[in-house]
Amino acid sequence: MTTQPDTASSEAEEKSLPAQVASYDGRNGPDTVERAGETAGELQPFAELGLRDDEYERIRGILDRRPTQSELAMYSIMWSEHCSYKSSKVHLRQFGEKQPPSDRMLAGIGENAGVIKISDEIAVTFKVESHNHPSFVEPYQGAATGVGGIVRDILAMGARPVAVMDPLRFGAADHEDTARVLPGVVAGIGGYGNCLGLPNVGGEVVFDPTYQGNPLVNALCVGVLPVDRLQKKDAAGPGNIVVLMGAKTGRDGIGGVSVLASATFDDGSQARRPSVQVGDPFTEKLLIEACLELYDANLVVGIQDLGGAGLTCALTETAAAAGTGMRVWLERVPLREPSMEPHEILASESQERMLLIVKPEQLDAVLAVAEKWGVLATAIGEVTPSEVSGLPGRLRITWRDHLVVDVPPASLADDGPVYARPMREPADLILLQADRAETLPRPATPDDLKATLLRMVGSPNLCDKSWVTEQYDRYVLGNTVLAQPEDAGLIRVDEHSGLGVALSVDGNGRFARLDPYNGAKLALAESYRNVAVTGAKPVAVTNCLNFGSPEDPAVMWQFAEAVRGLADGCLELGIPVTGGNVSFYNQTGAAAIHPTPVVGVLGVIDDVADRVPIGFAKPATGDGDLIFLLGETANELSGSEWAWVTHEHLGGVPPKVDLAKERALAQVLAEAARVGHLSAAHDVSDGGLAQVLVEACLRNGVGARIALPEEFSAGSMPFVYLFSESAGRAVVSVPRGHEKAFTGLCAEQGVSWTPIGVTDGQNEALEIRGQFSVPLAELREAHTATMPKLFGASLPVED
Amino acid sequence: MSARIGVVTFPGSLDDGDAARAVRVAGGEAVRLWHGDSDLHGVDAVVLPGGFSYGDYLRTGAIARFAPVMESIIDGARGGLPVLGICNGFQILCEAHLLPGALTRNSHLHFRNRDQWLRVDAASTAWTNSFEADQEILVPLKSGEGRYVADRATLDALAAENRIVATYLRGNPNGSERDIAGVTNEAGNVVGLMPHPEHAIEALTGPSLDGLGFFTSILKHLAGASA
Repeated sequence: MTTQPDTASSEAEEKSLPAQVASYDGRNGPDTVERAGETAGELQPFAELGLRDDEYERIRGILDRRPTQSELAMYSIMWSEHCSYKSSKVHLRQFGEKQPPSDRMLAGIGENAGVIKISDEIAVTFKVESHNHPSFVEPYQGAATGVGGIVRDILAMGARPVAVMDPLRFGAADHEDTARVLPGVVAGIGGYGNCLGLPNVGGEVVFDPTYQGNPLVNALCVGVLPVDRLQKKDAAGPGNIVVLMGAKTGRDGIGGVSVLASATFDDGSQARRPSVQVGDPFTEKLLIEACLELYDANLVVGIQDLGGAGLTCALTETAAAAGTGMRVWLERVPLREPSMEPHEILASESQERMLLIVKPEQLDAVLAVAEKWGVLATAIGEVTPSEVSGLPGRLRITWRDHLVVDVPPASLADDGPVYARPMREPADLILLQADRAETLPRPATPDDLKATLLRMVGSPNLCDKSWVTEQYDRYVLGNTVLAQPEDAGLIRVDEHSGLGVALSVDGNGRFARLDPYNGAKLALAESYRNVAVTGAKPVAVTNCLNFGSPEDPAVMWQFAEAVRGLADGCLELGIPVTGGNVSFYNQTGAAAIHPTPVVGVLGVIDDVADRVPIGFAKPATGDGDLIFLLGETANELSGSEWAWVTHEHLGGVPPKVDLAKERALAQVLAEAARVGHLSAAHDVSDGGLAQVLVEACLRNGVGARIALPEEFSAGSMPFVYLFSESAGRAVVSVPRGHEKAFTGLCAEQGVSWTPIGVTDGQNEALEIRGQFSVPLAELREAHTATMPKLFGASLPVED
Repeated sequence: MSARIGVVTFPGSLDDGDAARAVRVAGGEAVRLWHGDSDLHGVDAVVLPGGFSYGDYLRTGAIARFAPVMESIIDGARGGLPVLGICNGFQILCEAHLLPGALTRNSHLHFRNRDQWLRVDAASTAWTNSFEADQEILVPLKSGEGRYVADRATLDALAAENRIVATYLRGNPNGSERDIAGVTNEAGNVVGLMPHPEHAIEALTGPSLDGLGFFTSILKHLAGASA
């Protein structure tokens, strides 16, 4: 299941690191089941571990005694918000209830990652997760292990990971803490992903003061597998051996899910650094190769990655999934620190580990593969049958002959608490929505408009992000067809047929703050559109839901609305949610972040050679391509990048979203790409049409001459046309001779189109007729200068 | 029969599949070699691919240089076996003293991935004979420790003996001495390159097809040698 320590019960105070709280002194050996039976009244630090009174009583009821120290540690992490989804579960059910039918889905919500069939033989699996709090506390390792965690989720499904993407959100670009966090996060993602040999093909870099004390570091991974190599996590088959493979277990990351996650952050954050895991990408690379070799040799019965909640989560989930029991000898777990106690071994979140269930007669073969790759593999236990009574088996763990754990695994993995938390619309929402950006002063003259354009393209959210993306390897594996700054990453999956997948991740916290229901739909629509402009057909969704504290009714309302919007949106678009992650407690003190649902959409393209890039093509002849704007532009400026950059304004209601129109647009784009009508296509979203034109021109250094439509030519209407962020739009360029067929296709699908100009290979400028003309060199300077100015000019190095 | 080009996989090699693909696209037969096996299986030439062998722990290439397969490659290279080291492979060749100098941390301390213009200065080696001298090519660069350094005498000798294989154009991306992107040994059979020609062999996935020249060069070289 989840691997990221991002949420947990908030009752845990920072004084209460479990390693310290669980202070049984061990003079008489560890706290055993026998001893727990004899000392029913002994006080236990459950509250400090984040468990409520009633939760603790429930544990006592399940066990019919007090839990041992190890059991208490296990329940506290498995029943944490992060692992149990106790506040979100009642809402997340909608993703299943409203799921549109799909004959492609091989595995869905509840698995390590969703799996989607893209041909009769090939499937892909993808998922996005958060590693927000660790990345704030220790940016490099937090971000690095975020990549490592999501990669193991993908690996556990039987897939070879083939690409990663990282949606990142930081505080104000010029804030001193952003200068601390961003470089570390970027270096951590690069350091881990590059060393694993996974191309980084996209993502986001967003700045907003709302994320000042709580950056969002989300990580997405996609993997590819033959359909018949799909792996299960079930610890099936009594007598089978439980093998722990990968890195040794250390004290790093203990309590990540319950300590870091419970965190509404405060001045004590630095003290939590020991709760952040430390990554070793080299070991993970070897682990990947070893697992894939084991899968191909059919040597694995069940497999689960170790992430958040470490061994506890892997043991209980694999046993619960099969209804079996398990017998584990904890002293067999290879340790970095020989002095570790049983509850620490069970709670450790040391990275780069996988739990395998293998047949006894294949154990030697499994160990041989591990040895070939130089990876440690150790038999630590065996699968046991269900109870004589017919009840599911129990998980029994001994440590040096002391029985320290004896629990029903499902009571930890599946039967955690579920809460329907109180919800209330934020009190300020009505006033916020009434404060519309459409009434703000607008640029009045062509010169003002030009100055606005230059300011916008150089603003932190719209500027060139090469400073970040150059630190990621986008070429490794040799199948990257499109990568950032393209709208979506596009990966070739099959070299012979050209079959490929496209991926995009998008979110807009400002829109969601103004209207979480439609904000979530807008994020979905944008991601869907970003995949569609490449020519791929969107087929599935993953999400990472970043919110404040669920104990705040206003946050809970935002969460419920966003989930409802996303579930409704997926139903309307006909693509299922296959999995995702919830990250609560993203707040500093009482101030929650903007609700930020980040949505990932996966698309399929039959032949990657048909892909459409965002940049206008260099014309082969004197005649430029024709530029069309698809979709309709309205006076929609609330929540826009323009409102924020020029007025620091956030208010009003976000643009309208019409998913039927998004669907029609995607159909036009896919068909037009397939038959070769398009030389470029670019989604219109943040920064509006102006931003799209600048990016499309700068990509290959091709100019454009734009004529605004009649109804947008007077007064402030040119400004609206250029900077409105109306949804459901894309800019395309069409080679001469294709325009009739292309517009015919639009008419057939009911997509409105507007011819707005031509590309210009001779004159390197963007001209908005009747308004202004800007040389591309000037645009490029404005677009590219910002990041180096903020975070250090690194290059080129002049001699 | 097409020439057989070995591609070595160390623990942590990443671009081994890409190098093998480049050999095939150029028309050769790619033979995968395993770091722990000192048998070169009769290959006609060897590519040491990019990646992070042994996690780049200790020093880039410092551990890989001692792998069993390297003993055979070092022996072979001294006897004229053509060897191309790309990125991490270049670092390994320097650690193995088959090439002079060393690759150190980029001067700006960041990993850098960009499409890089190069000038092929030495078109006479086993791996560059398909290029014109001074030909300008576009090939991806992606490395954190790509800054080539050597003492002045070595640099002067490399320049004087036409052993600088390629130099960076339009901006030095990592602070390399004299913009050096690649060098060769005295015999011209061993070449180290920091940029990645194996990522510029297909229009779909690379910025150009310029990288293919390194792989067609070796096939041409081997065909000439056997003729």
